[in-house]
Amino acid sequence: MTEAATPLWEVFVRPRNGLAHRHVGSLHAHDAQMALQAARDVYTRRGETQSIWIVPSTAIVASDPSEKDMMFEPTATKIYRHPTFYEVPDEVGHM
Amino acid sequence: MYAQALNAKDAAPAIAEDPVKLAVFQARIDAEEKIEPNDWMPAQYRRTLIRQISQHAHSEVIGMQPEGNWVTRAPTLARKAQLLAKIQDEAGHGLYLYSAAETLGVSREELYDQLLSGRAKYSSIFNYPTLNYADMGAIGWLVDGAAIMNQIPLCRCSYGPYARAMILVCKEESFHQRQGYAIMLAMARGTAEQRAMAQDALDRFWWPSLMMFGPHDSNSVHSELSMKWKIKRFTNDGLRQKFIDATVPQAHYLGLTIPDPDLRFDEATGHWEHGVIDWDEFNRVLAGDGPCNRQRLKHRRDAEADGQWVREAAAAYAAKQRKAAA
Repeated sequence: MTEAATPLWEVFVRPRNGLAHRHVGSLHAHDAQMALQAARDVYTRRGETQSIWIVPSTAIVASDPSEKDMMFEPTATKIYRHPTFYEVPDEVGHM
Repeated sequence: MYAQALNAKDAAPAIAEDPVKLAVFQARIDAEEKIEPNDWMPAQYRRTLIRQISQHAHSEVIGMQPEGNWVTRAPTLARKAQLLAKIQDEAGHGLYLYSAAETLGVSREELYDQLLSGRAKYSSIFNYPTLNYADMGAIGWLVDGAAIMNQIPLCRCSYGPYARAMILVCKEESFHQRQGYAIMLAMARGTAEQRAMAQDALDRFWWPSLMMFGPHDSNSVHSELSMKWKIKRFTNDGLRQKFIDATVPQAHYLGLTIPDPDLRFDEATGHWEHGVIDWDEFNRVLAGDGPCNRQRLKHRRDAEADGQWVREAAAAYAAKQRKAAA
């Protein structure tokens, strides 16, 4: 096939008001307008949508899985950040 | 169906993988952790998944053709709308699956090229013709029913993007099977001529539907690794048996006869025992010599060629807009 690759877009859908937009998948389209229309056809066929966001896949900056220990490990060692680290005497009751 | 790719032999030469990485990978699989696109994975795991997911996608896309044949001739407006909705779902399922395959580092253009050049396969069932509207009922009931049996375990596949795509697909697929059974039910309760049409459709689609699950386990030597890597969760024969056990009573309710004189209920096991499957026919259809293989592929190639000017125009328009905005 000699055609150049069609750009890739990531699709985010908000199923109801009160919920955040959630990533549902991706699709190919030449421009934003066509991507939005295709996203409606591909990802919202059952009437469960309030709004769609589309984002060029190339615009997403992602953390590197090979650096995940360096990026996220500190949350496991800083146990004093969790409420269960602190003891409350039974007599004090629920806090 | 749709897991037929997992019965194929991996042709690429085996590469010696780093034993430490391989052990960590297998431990993650055994712990039911999902593998995500940027994680390390054995080359053969990647190849197997690309082949399986893309052939599943091709099946969805080619699968629109047998049904597309009856859109303009559906008996009522309601039935036409239902058929259109089902076909639109299948296009959507193909797109979810192509996207999942692309996360493994293969391009959409490459995948299309594999289908159009005949290098990639799709489910053997779509190479059978749809001779009349009753076939829409048989396909929804039997073919989509068999697909669901295959696809529900795939929702728990170890590869995250495939599993997520399958969850979306399964949510929608249940409508397909039920609308098919509703057609069969209407015909079974109809005139003698309609009942004969329903029986004829069952007669033609029963055996090809059983073949969708692939060769017997004793002849399916290539699926061992897929099981170990939790791409595949059940064996071909296990899934086929589940399908038969679920479907035979549904046929009896319709008052139709399963076209298998050897079919019998085994009281001891609680399962329906089926007769001998014609594997020569299966191999012939898979190798390209089914009733409609050439027609299906030609239609897909023509559609791709007819759409070329649209893709070119869309690309040119997008380029012009970008230039104007710059």
